[in-house]
Amino acid sequence: MTLAQTSLLLVYASLIALAIAMIAFATVYANTRTKVLVGSATKPQSQPVRSRAVNIGYSVSWLALALLGAALVTRGLAVMRAPWGNMYEFALSGAFAGLAAFLVLSLKRNPDWLAVWVVVPVFALVGLAVTVLYTEAGPLVPALNSAWLIVHVSAAIVAFGAFTVAAGASIACLVIEWMRKRASDAPWLATAPTESVLDRFTYRLTAFGFPIWTFAVIAGAIWAENAWGRYWGWDPKETWALISWVAYAAYLHARVTAGWRPNRTMIIGLVGYATLLFNFFGVNILIPGLHSYAGI
Amino acid sequence: MSPDPKKSRANEAPPIGFIGSTRWAWRQLTSMRTALILLLLLALAAIPGSLFPQRSAGVSAVNQYLEDNPNLGRVLDALGMFDVFGSIWFTAIYLLLLISVIGCVVPRLRAHLDSLRSAPPPVPADLSRLADYQQLTTKASAADVVTTAEAWFRKHHWRLATKAAKSGTGLSAEKGYARETGNLLFHASLIVIVVGVAVGALWGYRGQVLVREGTGFSNTLVAYDEFSAGRLFDAKNLPPFGFELEDFEAEFEREGTQKGSPRQFTASALTRSEPGANWQRETLEVNHPLEFSGTKIFLTGHGYAPVLTVTDPAGHVQFSDSVIFLPRDGNFTSIGVVKIPDAPQQVGLEGIFLPSAVVDEERGPISVFPAPDSPALFLVAWQGDLGVDSGEPQNVYQLRTEDMKRLGVTSLLPGDVWSLPQLGHVRFEGVDRFISLQIAHEPGRQLVLVASIAALIGLLFGLFVPRRRIWLKVTNDTQKKTVVEVAGLSRQGYAGLSSEIAEMLGEVRRVK
Repeated sequence: MTLAQTSLLLVYASLIALAIAMIAFATVYANTRTKVLVGSATKPQSQPVRSRAVNIGYSVSWLALALLGAALVTRGLAVMRAPWGNMYEFALSGAFAGLAAFLVLSLKRNPDWLAVWVVVPVFALVGLAVTVLYTEAGPLVPALNSAWLIVHVSAAIVAFGAFTVAAGASIACLVIEWMRKRASDAPWLATAPTESVLDRFTYRLTAFGFPIWTFAVIAGAIWAENAWGRYWGWDPKETWALISWVAYAAYLHARVTAGWRPNRTMIIGLVGYATLLFNFFGVNILIPGLHSYAGI
Repeated sequence: MSPDPKKSRANEAPPIGFIGSTRWAWRQLTSMRTALILLLLLALAAIPGSLFPQRSAGVSAVNQYLEDNPNLGRVLDALGMFDVFGSIWFTAIYLLLLISVIGCVVPRLRAHLDSLRSAPPPVPADLSRLADYQQLTTKASAADVVTTAEAWFRKHHWRLATKAAKSGTGLSAEKGYARETGNLLFHASLIVIVVGVAVGALWGYRGQVLVREGTGFSNTLVAYDEFSAGRLFDAKNLPPFGFELEDFEAEFEREGTQKGSPRQFTASALTRSEPGANWQRETLEVNHPLEFSGTKIFLTGHGYAPVLTVTDPAGHVQFSDSVIFLPRDGNFTSIGVVKIPDAPQQVGLEGIFLPSAVVDEERGPISVFPAPDSPALFLVAWQGDLGVDSGEPQNVYQLRTEDMKRLGVTSLLPGDVWSLPQLGHVRFEGVDRFISLQIAHEPGRQLVLVASIAALIGLLFGLFVPRRRIWLKVTNDTQKKTVVEVAGLSRQGYAGLSSEIAEMLGEVRRVK
């Protein structure tokens, strides 16, 4: 078996792990066994005990992360370069970054509520990678053959990871608040985090991702100046990178604007995330431009 | 873009007179809410620029679009959809945003400078209403407590003001001014970036030159196939370098699903910085441009230039040169023309060049690989008026055949000769390559780079440095003990503040 085949096998294995994690994390919202302990009415539980399903979810997610990481390493070894040459490799790297950001956070905080909203897009990304975007391992086209590839792409991928978790937290918050507004008496709502907790969580992740995204755009401009003779040419990819930047800048401003509720702010953040996804899928596949070396 | 709620109240005040309404408009424009809307509008306005072909990226794609969708195209063109980033509405949005940023930065800069010079705000009357409020009683004297606390604040670089009164001593300490400094640096840098971009747009230029192997050019306007420059550009400022292409090599993937993908392009060239200077041998590759006094030369494309020799029936050579054939697809099916205006009756040749020719049953002759593995040339010969004497500008890659008579069609392999009684002989000698060079000068790019890095640094400080205050009130109680009251405040909800307070109080407790 070649390295490239091993890599693909690892990706499939991670898909299975992610599918299990998805189901395990979804139980947070089903909450068949309520966690309200008898006799604890005087002492409200600040840190509810994790159910076995959620614990399994975390273990399997770590496994999926390890499998994805191994898949990327073997893919890189198969082609002897950073595995960032085409959409398949970008999708895997983006999925890895999103999952890694989430799991690293889970070490210090309790992101049970957004787990499913992160694992679902990660699963979708890996799934699309192997079905639609799959490209045989091969060397780079000359335009990508530069040290800036590593700087520019790695920054974009790390920022994407942070924004993915931020989007997950926003969706979790919107869903929870929507249920609360409907005066739902679902037992899990009692233990769900408040809007302000999720708002701060989303903000921190976005504030982490935003400077890195800024750096990715700057690095991309320096590279573009070296490769094409201009640092900014309104190529569709560049335009959408700016649109995402502006959308996240709007998010950061909305958060300190008097009279803007967290839910509206989060929707701006989600719009920003949607522009990131469009930049990856829409621009690469639908719009011809200088970045059109998708390899599919 | 101040988070100050006072500003959002401005829209409630009725505008009075010209000055009043101007001030009202100014406040509206510089409010955070307006900045937010302008940001979202900017993002929205940029979208059509990515969906429709843009003139700035290439006129031919726009013309093709207009040809394919004549009615819709006309409407879109009138709306500026093919020149979004130069359109009035896009410019209006970013200029308004720029004014909004300036209108926000200037007063905030003034306020920040004031706060840097003045003492931190005095201790609030009722400290116990603030977060992290703590009280402790100690046997140490009030003076010792104040000195210890002051020492701790100084050691950790807090700005400090001590105010003694009859009722006790108040300490105000503040830290994290770098947050606002960073915010201001970020926003000011954005203004500088726009200025740098404008400098490039006004004085910069870019153009495209196609160079065949064995030929060259010197950097003057006539050498360019395409050229665009800013309004303040002066052709006298073109650096007078010379460039000659010796050889160009291209490698392509030969195996697997990525067969035909480019792998390596290398051009070896002779260059000199000015006429009379020594020629130097240089290698030009993708991502490795050449540079002459700020002007950069980039390798952006390549193609084939078949070499043809045309002799008239009497045996006089009428044409002998390589001819640029523009590639039409990824396998370099290329088209080109040869115009021979000096022949007794003007002659034109139209051709299709295929580097790896295969005759497909359905599609006819096509190229199946970009490298010249089995080159073939298909030619159509025309005789008549080429139209070159009409004075109208002509496309050198197109033949206008309305006033011409078709002489014949043939296919040639390298070395083949095509004989036509009316024309003479056309010999397909072989094939050279040509490269397309992008030549660009963007003044202001260093300014943009420096400002971008400054913006990034400002952003980091503006996002991650928490601004916080600690207040201390030291009083003597009736039992001759010292009562210390402490509270902190951080608008960003900085979690580390309570541990800073605890650390400071730890020092105070240790005072005997």
